[in-house]
Amino acid sequence: MSVDLSASAGRARMSPRRRARVARGVQYVVLLAVLGLLLATADWETVGQTIFNPTSAAQMLDRVPNAFLNTVTYTLAAFAVGLSLGTVLALMRLSSVAPYRWIATAYVEFFRGIPALLVVIAVGYAVPIAFGVAFTSIVAVAAIALGAVAAAYISETVRAGIEAVPRGQVEAARSLGMSHTRTMVQVVLPQAFRTVMPPLTNEVLLLTKDTSLLFVLGQTREQFELTKVGRDALSTASGGLTGLFVIGAAYLLITIPLGILARRLERRTGGRP
Amino acid sequence: MSADTPRPVVRVSGLRKSFGEREVLRGIDVEVQAGEVVCVIGPSGSGKSTLLRCVNLLEQPTSGTVEVLGAEVTDPDVDIDRVRTHVGMVFQQFNLFSHRSVLDNCTMAQRTVLRRSRAEAEQVALANLERVGLADRAHAVPAQLSGGQQQRVAIARALSMDPQLMLFDEPTSALDPELVGDVLGVMRDLADAGMTMLVVTHEMAFAREVGDRVVFMDDGHVVEVGPAHQVIGAPREPRTQAFLQRVLDPTHRHDTSGTSPRV
Repeated sequence: MSVDLSASAGRARMSPRRRARVARGVQYVVLLAVLGLLLATADWETVGQTIFNPTSAAQMLDRVPNAFLNTVTYTLAAFAVGLSLGTVLALMRLSSVAPYRWIATAYVEFFRGIPALLVVIAVGYAVPIAFGVAFTSIVAVAAIALGAVAAAYISETVRAGIEAVPRGQVEAARSLGMSHTRTMVQVVLPQAFRTVMPPLTNEVLLLTKDTSLLFVLGQTREQFELTKVGRDALSTASGGLTGLFVIGAAYLLITIPLGILARRLERRTGGRP
Repeated sequence: MSADTPRPVVRVSGLRKSFGEREVLRGIDVEVQAGEVVCVIGPSGSGKSTLLRCVNLLEQPTSGTVEVLGAEVTDPDVDIDRVRTHVGMVFQQFNLFSHRSVLDNCTMAQRTVLRRSRAEAEQVALANLERVGLADRAHAVPAQLSGGQQQRVAIARALSMDPQLMLFDEPTSALDPELVGDVLGVMRDLADAGMTMLVVTHEMAFAREVGDRVVFMDDGHVVEVGPAHQVIGAPREPRTQAFLQRVLDPTHRHDTSGTSPRV
């Protein structure tokens, strides 16, 4: 028996093309319905007063730039430590010396497993007691505590990047007489970092937001980062939740340009062979 | 190298190499004299690439000795990086450093290993790029080049170290057919200029015309060695004959009985 596959024979059922069109139509209808429902049910007067309150936003605005800078500073300090320590840990993880591998593995498992908040508290309070040192700057605590946590994640990312570099690249470098170390520095790591640029950008973004954990250290006004300023604004009654939205916008002001920068960097460093 | 009788550039004796249980090289003896072009042919899996990679120690031999330029590279205490500096290698997959420009590819090892100045390294690199016909692409990145161009850059990169021996590991096997000629042309020029070369290849015409001697390998053994025209034109061993017939006349209907070649 032959099968009739002509379009007319299929009329009884809908053709795949028409079915897809109907499905798309349904999706648009659902989207519009949800938006309409939100617009219709929200109490716009109250929203204007408590969520997008211009006077309340203006009140806190003078404190935002400093907090913005602090957040950026804490992030950069933590990332500098995280990236260097993370790279060292990644190399240790791939070392031919077994104890290095064990140490790196233990480190990663430990710092990946405990909340960053605990580490911040430990570095902020326990370490000074234990070692009799006093951290005068929050930047130092941020760098050590958040950097230590970030290093655990970054090391795994970098390790994956190193392992993704084709074997032939190493063989080519070694066949030219380059030593193991030189090959690592000049051929493997640059390519590994290019590969892991997207996940590394994620790490920076996560770190940016993790700087909010530094509130537990009890900062002076000059040391406030964005979230602290937002929380303070929350408690100064009038504006309601407006402060949170201002702060949210400030975070996006850091993260979105960073994302664009990372994409550009990725493109500039060229493609694979 | 001292010597009244000239020492071979490469001397491989009793070389064995196993990957786990699998023995890939089962006692190889090969020599390459200065200025000689030796082509290694044979079916895939016969161990010819492994043999080549044992010469500059990209593979560690299981037993036997390999001498290169008077240095025994199988000695555990050999300074292999120094030996490799004098031995250029060209890979099937080109292996250009993908994050660097063509020029940087050719200067990196010169500067870091030979400690040449940037100016000198670039001069040497450009001269060698000129030699392979790609001086105008010095500032391109590898991804912008065709396979044939990449392979010629890889040759220029190796030549920039002023090697005394060049190893070629199936240099044209990953190329589109119309690009093979450019690379073989460069290799022929190199041979004419007197370079000592050990070439693993499937290009029988190249082996016959450019090679001084041909080594036929099968199943981890050297089956036949001799002058290129003899091994390829009038092979003595049945296994060589069967292999060459399959390679040179692939559409021929083979007799599958009797002493058929293994697949």
